[in-house]
Amino acid sequence: MSEVGVWAERGVDFVSDNLDWFLTGLDNLLDWALSGLGGFLSGLPPALFIMMAFVVSLLITKRAMLSVLVGFAFYIIYWMGYWPSAMITLNMTLIATLLAVLIGIPLGIAAAKSDRINPYIKVVLDFMQTMPAFVYLIPAVVFFGLGLVPGVIATVIFALPPAARFTNLGIRQVAEEMDEVAESFGSNASQKLTMVQLPIAMPTIMGGVNQTIMLSLSMVVIAALIGGGGLGEDIVRSLSRVDVGMGVEAGLAIVLIAMILDRLTQSAKSED
Amino acid sequence: MLSEILNKKPLKAADDKVYEWLRAQIDPVILDIKKPFKYAFTYINRKMDRSLSVEQIYENVDCPVDDEGNRLTIQVRNLSKIFGKFPETAIPLLEKGMTKDEILKTTGMTVGLYGVDFDVREGEIFVLMGLSGSGKSTLERCLNRLHEPTTGEVNIEGLNLTKLSNQNLRAIRRKKMSMVFQNFGLLPHRNVLNNVAYGLEVQGIPESERLEAAQKAIDMVGLSGYEKSKPSSLSGGMKQRVGLARGLANDPGILFMDEAFSALDPLIRSDMQDELLKIQAKLSKTIVFVTHDLDEALKIGDRIALMNDGKVVQIGTAEDILQRPADDYVSRFVEDVDRSKVLTAGVFMKRPRELVKSNQGPRTVLKLMEGSNWNVAFAVDKAGKFQGIVETDDALRAVRDNLPLASIIDGDVPTVGIDTPMSEVIQHLVTTHYSIPVLDDENYLVGVVRPSSAVDVMNVGGNNNE
Repeated sequence: MSEVGVWAERGVDFVSDNLDWFLTGLDNLLDWALSGLGGFLSGLPPALFIMMAFVVSLLITKRAMLSVLVGFAFYIIYWMGYWPSAMITLNMTLIATLLAVLIGIPLGIAAAKSDRINPYIKVVLDFMQTMPAFVYLIPAVVFFGLGLVPGVIATVIFALPPAARFTNLGIRQVAEEMDEVAESFGSNASQKLTMVQLPIAMPTIMGGVNQTIMLSLSMVVIAALIGGGGLGEDIVRSLSRVDVGMGVEAGLAIVLIAMILDRLTQSAKSED
Repeated sequence: MLSEILNKKPLKAADDKVYEWLRAQIDPVILDIKKPFKYAFTYINRKMDRSLSVEQIYENVDCPVDDEGNRLTIQVRNLSKIFGKFPETAIPLLEKGMTKDEILKTTGMTVGLYGVDFDVREGEIFVLMGLSGSGKSTLERCLNRLHEPTTGEVNIEGLNLTKLSNQNLRAIRRKKMSMVFQNFGLLPHRNVLNNVAYGLEVQGIPESERLEAAQKAIDMVGLSGYEKSKPSSLSGGMKQRVGLARGLANDPGILFMDEAFSALDPLIRSDMQDELLKIQAKLSKTIVFVTHDLDEALKIGDRIALMNDGKVVQIGTAEDILQRPADDYVSRFVEDVDRSKVLTAGVFMKRPRELVKSNQGPRTVLKLMEGSNWNVAFAVDKAGKFQGIVETDDALRAVRDNLPLASIIDGDVPTVGIDTPMSEVIQHLVTTHYSIPVLDDENYLVGVVRPSSAVDVMNVGGNNNE
């Protein structure tokens, strides 16, 4: 092993030895969030869930046709018999996306506002996005053991970059004239950001959030290797058993969830 | 196939109804959730603005006044703007007499403005005019510090803006000035009403109050009925009306207009110029108007500052610039003017001296005319509306025969409007032996064109052939 690997090991050891309080706190917080939403999702009768999905979709997209298809897609998942797994996967995806967006968007704003930190953030984001996803699983297991929480942590790291990148891009693309409008009417920094820059950048930012959701969903499957559960676990099991039917069915369920979330986020437009 | 069925009309209508019903159920809930966030946000903003109020900032400041008693709203003194890494280092070089190009070559810095001085009087339209790259937009942005001037002073009603802290600068920008932009600068996510209210929202004015003020501004620019439209659904002219309304909504003393009408097509542009003049007649704001279009400058400017290479080369009225160009650059510039549009009665008219009131007696009028040696006098009614002309011979006859003045006023004389081309006015001049009265739209006598002006027209026109 070269020096790089040794340093990496020492770093991980250092964190797990000295930042125990932080890791435990994070573990508890995520556990609380996951079991809360997870309990709600798996507790709902599928029929009620499908109806709610229809209503939510109608409110977001304003398209009846699409909303019917959203409900129908969930029904297919139920009909194939992957409902409990799908709910676990949905749970992890939603929590991971929420965290990625909560961290990624402020990071993107910081990168857009300061030309000095922008290059550093860029390097970190490159690192997060291109480092093979499996590599995150190793320290995640060291820190949090097996289960849902390390899976979510690895997913957040992998899925966060687009949210930050698109936020940065969206704010930087706001025309200079719009900044001048904000300035000339005497807006302060937070008014300029919240009343002018973020709303104008919103379509781009939503594109980033969309990408984040897609990446979370793909990572959630990989996280099954460390006990993430859900549809990913079904796929891993079908692989070890060479069970083509189960693999295709679970894979299809993931595709359907991905398409639903994609359509919902793509048509979500900012309203005044 | 499913989509075909669902897109049928009755289904579509039912679909909309379902959607609206759902929205009606959920919207109030969403509003309730948003409310505390909104309050928190307003509170934080108020805490962030630790600026003084405008009254406090202006406590010991007096607005300067010129010799003629005009308040000088904006004073610019020795203003320079250098773009580059070390702007201050270019100033000594400029003082040594190096040109813009030499400085760019030796230091890599661009001179935007150098040694600019001028005053803008309260209530006038002051036009900054020049080709692209002449520094006119840079100059305007220095006036509200969107660009930080490198050296020099900008005084707004006597207060040196360049020395203000950022917080106090914001207070001044909120209350004293606003800006209208070339590409409209409308916020695409807000409807017309909320766009116009933006400047007031920034000040933290409560919603009902700011929407009321915004509505007034919208009515003033003639956009009533479009309050709920999004900017993307408006035409260019309407968009700039929104921009103008937004500039007027916070009732600033100063309005900066940066190539405000340049992006509009010619007919709409002309309409907007008229609209601006109409609004200006009502509100008398101090307007600094940037344009590259000389016709526009001559039409709307009370005074014009012609700029070249970051310097002001001439300041004067339209007539000054046309008739007495300060240097070669200006005279070359005015050569290309569409003279039929610019050489109008409005530019050449003089204040009428030979005025009589139609309710005066013939004897008074005759005395006045003989005393001042007038052959002809212009009769106006009490309000100043033009009635006709009075000739000395007729006045004599009226006194002799004891006729009322009204009977000898000759109302059937050629008159012209402010926009009438001088070529037409000259045709009238050669057929009469008196000056031609110039009336506005409502028949008020605003000036007269004297026969001697015909010579001026030829002088100015003569430049064309050189």
